[in-house]
Amino acid sequence: MLELISKRLLTAIPVLLAVVTLTFFMVHSAPGGPFDAEKAVDPEVLIKLNEKYNLDAPLYKQYFDYLYGVVQGDFGPSFRYPGRSVTELIFTGLPITFELALYSILFAVLLGVSIGVVSSLKKNTIYDYAPMTVAMLGICVPSIILGPSLILIFGIWLEVLPVSGWGDYSGDKILPTITLGTAYAAYCARLTRGGMLEVLNQDFIRTARAKGLSETRVVIFHALKGGLTPVIAFLGPAMAGLLAGSFVVETIFGIPGLGRFYVEAAFNRDYTMILGSSIFFSCLIIFFNLLSDLIAAIINPKLR
Amino acid sequence: MKYKHFALVVLVLLLNACGDNIRPVDLSYESQILYLGNGTEPQDLDPHVVTGVPESKILMALLEGLVIRHPSGLSPLPGIAQRWNISEDGKTYTFFLRDNAIWSNGDQVTANDFVYSWRRMLTPSLGSKYPDMLYDVIGAEDFNKGLLKDFSKVGVRAVDERTLQVSLRNPAPYFLELLCHYTTRPIHRPTIEKFGEIDSLGSQWTRPGNFIGNGPFELSSWELNKLLVVKKSPTYWDAANVTLNEIHFFPVDNATREDLMFRSGKLHVTSTVPQEKIEVYKGKYPENLKIDPYYGTYYYRFNTKKEPFNNKLVRQALSLSIDREKIVQKVQKGGQAVAFSFTPPNRNAFYPSTKLEYDPERAKELLIQAGYPEGTLPPFELLYNTSEGHQKLAQAIQQMWKKNLNIDVTLTNTDWKVYLSKMGIGDFSVARAGWIGDYVDPKSFLDMMVTGRGNNQTGWSNIKYDSLLLKGANSPSQDERFSFFDEAEHILMDELPILPIYTYTRIYMLHSDVEGWDSNLLDNHPYQFLSIRQSVK
Repeated sequence: MLELISKRLLTAIPVLLAVVTLTFFMVHSAPGGPFDAEKAVDPEVLIKLNEKYNLDAPLYKQYFDYLYGVVQGDFGPSFRYPGRSVTELIFTGLPITFELALYSILFAVLLGVSIGVVSSLKKNTIYDYAPMTVAMLGICVPSIILGPSLILIFGIWLEVLPVSGWGDYSGDKILPTITLGTAYAAYCARLTRGGMLEVLNQDFIRTARAKGLSETRVVIFHALKGGLTPVIAFLGPAMAGLLAGSFVVETIFGIPGLGRFYVEAAFNRDYTMILGSSIFFSCLIIFFNLLSDLIAAIINPKLR
Repeated sequence: MKYKHFALVVLVLLLNACGDNIRPVDLSYESQILYLGNGTEPQDLDPHVVTGVPESKILMALLEGLVIRHPSGLSPLPGIAQRWNISEDGKTYTFFLRDNAIWSNGDQVTANDFVYSWRRMLTPSLGSKYPDMLYDVIGAEDFNKGLLKDFSKVGVRAVDERTLQVSLRNPAPYFLELLCHYTTRPIHRPTIEKFGEIDSLGSQWTRPGNFIGNGPFELSSWELNKLLVVKKSPTYWDAANVTLNEIHFFPVDNATREDLMFRSGKLHVTSTVPQEKIEVYKGKYPENLKIDPYYGTYYYRFNTKKEPFNNKLVRQALSLSIDREKIVQKVQKGGQAVAFSFTPPNRNAFYPSTKLEYDPERAKELLIQAGYPEGTLPPFELLYNTSEGHQKLAQAIQQMWKKNLNIDVTLTNTDWKVYLSKMGIGDFSVARAGWIGDYVDPKSFLDMMVTGRGNNQTGWSNIKYDSLLLKGANSPSQDERFSFFDEAEHILMDELPILPIYTYTRIYMLHSDVEGWDSNLLDNHPYQFLSIRQSVK
């Protein structure tokens, strides 16, 4: 187990270095700079600003200065928001993005597993086909379509749920959670169904049933443990995907999470913020992938 | 059992707060809270650093200058200055400050606060983006450019605690207009010095808890990308007449989401309306849809350093073959007015006597004269920043040029920063542009086209034009100034380094409970004049 962890952590270093290097040179080669504005900035003012933010140094020097800062945990100041550091911005948005991702994954697991279990138990009946068709649709419909549709139905026509915000109005977390979680719920449903079907045919289930256990006990205490293995393996990457992919939902619902800062930073050429968020998201993805491997290894000793 | 608990927890998490869907605007006649859609997230709240409209809306609540804008856009009203004298030659302004003007921490607002603030704004190392607002003051430009080191030589001085004297290098009848701009408002010296130096960019003084202002409201909270709240200031000199208790500024940079927020009762005022909704709302919500004249011009820029746009006849031909009437009626549909000058016409002040006609036949003749008989003008690129609105307009003009002159135009859209960088280095042929005046005076437009100005960006230069602008600056009489400016407009509309298309309108949604909201050219609505009444439903 320890070997697995240390191996993964060691491979993470070149991955992160590649992310920093590629992102750094890509953002610096994009046309336009952080201080370009509609009202043309006086050349003298521009020189001062570039000096202040170390943009007047040769690019390779800026790169090494930046790396040096990052190693010490300093992601630099944001170019767009004077007086705010990238770290401050990341930690302003992170709790919200994390909360959104967490609710979405809970929603996805709860809904997906329930549907998957029912489908697997009622294999090849309408109770299997109908939810699986809906699940396929759920996977296919992007959040950019689903979000506004939900807003239209529940926010505008029925007027039962707020259309924007996060923790500002009662119930405003419901639509974003559903929007972000639906596709993952659909995946969970299909994975659960597959996993369960495999397990339900095995001998120990037959034994459990032969012992006279109720069907509920058989499913919950015997079959689910094995049947959920693919879902658990999926959770790590799903959580990483939810965190990184939340920006669309954050934009639709006006949620002040990290994803929105990330997208804005790209449009504003806020170099340090783009780099900081990229590094941060990479770390999260690496971490959650590692976590899901660990959990899978705990559940299934064959993987150790 | 474990799974049941799990399910229960999730359900509670998701639905705990699900209750009635409250429409905050319906309750605001009691709370007197104004909910305002405010475009993008403010970058900062330092009046000497920021440049955007969202920031200006917030600063209008937090800081007050010598004068304030009249809610209907007429001549400025007394602000921190109770009254003022203007010398006969129009070059010396003496402001008498109110005794009861105090900062939100209880300190008195003094003439020295203004001297300090203006010094800070002009300090070269701060890198303020609006120092030119004060360039009419003696020595201000030199101090800002580092040519003058001694600020006492700049024409602003505190005669005593309550009297501020400003000496101008030229009469500037629009000077009070400039003093309405947020960048000339005072800041609290001890606060600035507590959190940094005079030229510290982005120090912590603008954070809630630190910000000391002198406006009708004080900063209460600021959550990035979420909400900024200001509360009525008890120390404001006219607090007794301020009705609103709070203003909630929502950073909503997405027109569709802002529209949804308005329709679900979360906002009183929006900053814009999705273009495709304008026609629908004209019929559906006529009492809420506001289309106000706006002091801005939408235009195309020619790169006059490039062939064939270095030829005036080509530029004139391209202008003559645009049917502006059709554009505002069929494409824009937002009440915009056809442009016939660079400065938007203002019935109360400067009304240019220029014309921009639609005459495709004459356009063809001009092209022949320029050496490009029909269909021989080389194809060129029309550049605009990515936006559906710009695209629609560009397509319409592309068709007009094809139909009338048989010219092939390629449309190129780029993201905002790429567009700006192309403008900066002159890497374009024809490009879309827009300008909103910072104050109501033709100078805020015409000055831009003077040789070598940062926002000229066309490469165009005309000695006579430059001299007319200079004459205008030195003329003490408003009528005389306007006649120089009118002449300058004629040169501009004959030379056409820029191609004005329409005069902007401000299109937004306004809740009918909001009272005191007048339309004006600069879209300024001082909050101390607003209130919320319960309308009859």
